[in-house]
Amino acid sequence: MKLLELLGYFNYWVFAITLVIGLYAVISKANLIKKLIGLSIFQSAVFLMYITMDKVEGGTAPIIQAGVEDQIYSNPLPQVLILTAIVVGVSTLALGLAIVVRINERYGTIEEHEILDAD
Amino acid sequence: MIFVFALFLLTLLVITAIAIVRSENLFVSVMLTSIFSLLMAANFFILDAADVALTEAAVGAGITTVIFLSALALTAEREKRRAGGQLVALGAVGILAALIIYATFDKPRLGDPEAPVHQHVAPWYLEKTPEYIDIPNVVTAILSSYRGYDTLGEVFVVFTACIGVLFILGVKPPEQPADRTAESGGLRHHLIPQVVGRLLVPFIVLFGLYTQFHGEYGPGGGFQAGAIIATGVILYALLEGEGEALRAVPRSVLLGLVVGGALLFGGVGIVCMLMGGAFLDYSVLSADPVWGQQLGIIIIEAGVGMAVCGALLSIFHAFAARQSQP
Amino acid sequence: MLSAPLIILLQPRGLAWAGATAVALLSFAIAVALTIAVLGGQTQVYAMGGWPAPYGIELAVDSFSALVLLVVTGAGAGALLAARPSIDQQIEHQRQPLFYSAWLLAMSGLAGIVVAADAFNIFVFMEISSLASYVLIAGGPDRRALPAVFKYLIMGTIGATFYLIGVGLIYMMTGTLNLADMEARLGDVTELNPILVAAGFITIGLALKAAVFPLHVWLPNAYTQAPHMITVFLAACATKVAIYVLIRFDYMVFQAKLDDHEAQFALFLMPLAILGILVASAVAMFEGHLKRLLATSSVAQIGYILLGASFVSESGLAASAMHIFNHALAKGGLFLAVACLAFHYSDLRLDQLGGAAKRMPFTCAALVVCGFSLIGIPGTAGFISKWLLITAALETGPMGWLLVAVILVSSLMAVVYIWRIVEKLYFGAPDQDDIAVSEAPLQLLLVTWLVALLNIGFGLFPTVPLTLANASATVLMGYSG
Repeated sequence: MKLLELLGYFNYWVFAITLVIGLYAVISKANLIKKLIGLSIFQSAVFLMYITMDKVEGGTAPIIQAGVEDQIYSNPLPQVLILTAIVVGVSTLALGLAIVVRINERYGTIEEHEILDAD
Repeated sequence: MIFVFALFLLTLLVITAIAIVRSENLFVSVMLTSIFSLLMAANFFILDAADVALTEAAVGAGITTVIFLSALALTAEREKRRAGGQLVALGAVGILAALIIYATFDKPRLGDPEAPVHQHVAPWYLEKTPEYIDIPNVVTAILSSYRGYDTLGEVFVVFTACIGVLFILGVKPPEQPADRTAESGGLRHHLIPQVVGRLLVPFIVLFGLYTQFHGEYGPGGGFQAGAIIATGVILYALLEGEGEALRAVPRSVLLGLVVGGALLFGGVGIVCMLMGGAFLDYSVLSADPVWGQQLGIIIIEAGVGMAVCGALLSIFHAFAARQSQP
Repeated sequence: MLSAPLIILLQPRGLAWAGATAVALLSFAIAVALTIAVLGGQTQVYAMGGWPAPYGIELAVDSFSALVLLVVTGAGAGALLAARPSIDQQIEHQRQPLFYSAWLLAMSGLAGIVVAADAFNIFVFMEISSLASYVLIAGGPDRRALPAVFKYLIMGTIGATFYLIGVGLIYMMTGTLNLADMEARLGDVTELNPILVAAGFITIGLALKAAVFPLHVWLPNAYTQAPHMITVFLAACATKVAIYVLIRFDYMVFQAKLDDHEAQFALFLMPLAILGILVASAVAMFEGHLKRLLATSSVAQIGYILLGASFVSESGLAASAMHIFNHALAKGGLFLAVACLAFHYSDLRLDQLGGAAKRMPFTCAALVVCGFSLIGIPGTAGFISKWLLITAALETGPMGWLLVAVILVSSLMAVVYIWRIVEKLYFGAPDQDDIAVSEAPLQLLLVTWLVALLNIGFGLFPTVPLTLANASATVLMGYSG
């Protein structure tokens, strides 16, 4: 189906673009919190990629319904992986933010170049 | 129809991402990030990933936003403009994007049931779950049983983050204001949030518990439940002031939850070994292997929920309790 | 039965130092037991939850894993044994239980990676160990530890996410996450582009974690600012595990199925390895701060390990594996000596360390021994791995002479920077005239000397690690077509 095919590719392109937007933020922004936000966008893009993989044409969420035969289900495995990855991502973020708070206390700023200059 | 909607969502996603990066006001960025998470969650739902959508909404839009905001309150609100360096970064990421897009043309098209990813392992899970474990939610089955070891690892990741934040923020901030300001009274003076909030908190906690125990039958499970219950308590803290929240659920309880949850999970694994099976092989937990599986899953999901809830709340309190810089 | 991960995973919080050390020693014992089993010739396999792979998660230990496992648990146990005086000096008392808990988590994370046979499982444990390492480094007393660890966090998370992308791409093309299964199914794949891209992502991601040149920039700061005992632990094993995964992925999964793979690996990674070796050694020659100097030298050592792997030959791999083992001993010992020195010299810059040998003769002697091992002087463990590397280089044909030259030049540079340290310690002018001999605390000193002696011991009797290294090489090469 042409439309589904287009949508499929579109998903991947959105993934690529979102990925690099996040990465760009991490690399080029000096503000530490901005970097962390970029990191979280970067990670979310990866989640999108995995979940895109799991869809099956005409399928539905992989919860087996009693008494319904011949139901097509979408792939459950990427979902499991992403559940884990989301949690890992939020844990990393929490740690990162704790570090930023401490940096602010010790340096008085959270802009990268000012920190480098201070040392 | 749904395709158009999906296209729309995805485009919105990109636009939001660009807006986040370009905005100089950090507060705006954080709120936009929360919207970004919600868009993601909606997308996941369209792609048939119900559990993930729930988790992303609870964790991404909810908890992440709260933690970001607490950190923002302790640091700066605006980002300073920085000169130079952008072109190189743009160039580098542009190349990367092109590379990835190039690789996509060989990928199996979306939804193709013949794609390798849907062969082999996935159909086996779908077929065999009724036979071995007999719970409807296959995702929970994989998460808690087939790949339970990964989930154990994940609980420990949360645990690590929790003790990490406690460790890092366990140091007193350098300056204390001369007179300690009175404990924050939360939003006590605002009537509407009070009324609505008080109505919501018990429902949120109840919903969280529902998600916890119903995780085998529908979307849900330990992580989502832990996050939702934590959100309920955080709402309470916002309304009544952090001190009250600490009285309701004291730090020692939180710590107990975190450690207990992690140990519970690991403990079940060891018990399985002691009873003759492999680590985390629940079938040996009772005479009927299928019931054994279900029992094991219930227990470890409880462990996960406890650990996640305790950890998230501990992290929240660690941030919220800090005096902000004058 | 593989009870190793089980014991390692016990993480109650609030462990005092004693508890942490006990668990670490137990893990080391298990690692030794596993090694003995593996030396008997078979790979140990264990299915988690009783579900057979590829539906469930599997653990597998072969000689390569056993070698690295020994390093990880040994480094953890050794460092913890010596840790207490140094940590008491650097970390406030009430934060210590959290600290030791994080240490155990880091160790179990690393061990978990080494015994895993499932690509996603590796990711999960990689993040456990990474997060725990960030926490540990953040305990450093100087405020510069914070930006250092932040940079490490950012780069490390990007690395882990790249790895995740790569694994996702492979999963998309093969439908499995189990490493052995992946290898089998990769043969059926028709379009190779996504696989190549996946390989790229995985390599870059792991290279970030392993501090391969030019992605090593987080390492010198992070290692310098971390608490001294943490530097001992991390320098000995953290990056090695990332390289372990890199090598394993490459050989097990990619090697057989990608035709130009040999060319790709060698052409791409060898120059980076060489650059890492030369540039890092050069920078180390001019470094003024003792810890920084040694940390930069670590980047060079990682280059050596990568170089051996890029030869795509049995001898090259054996050299790499051997160096993983020996460098852990040498660098671990060196940083232990640094921790000793830190007891009397709060500022570890070289020009402040004049005449330290008069005050701390035992410490400095241990430092010299480990330094020799680092350079590769005959009689020490370092010599064995350098020798293997040179022989492997010669086997690669005419280019081999160039490679040997690189190795020799860099070893000379190592002589220079070690000599600088030695000179300061023994012949430098102390700032105080009346120096009494006041050594580091006995606990710390004993472990330091133990490691120094091990360097010599394994230099003279290298049978055990050598057998393991050779076996690893055979196993790894066995995967290629």
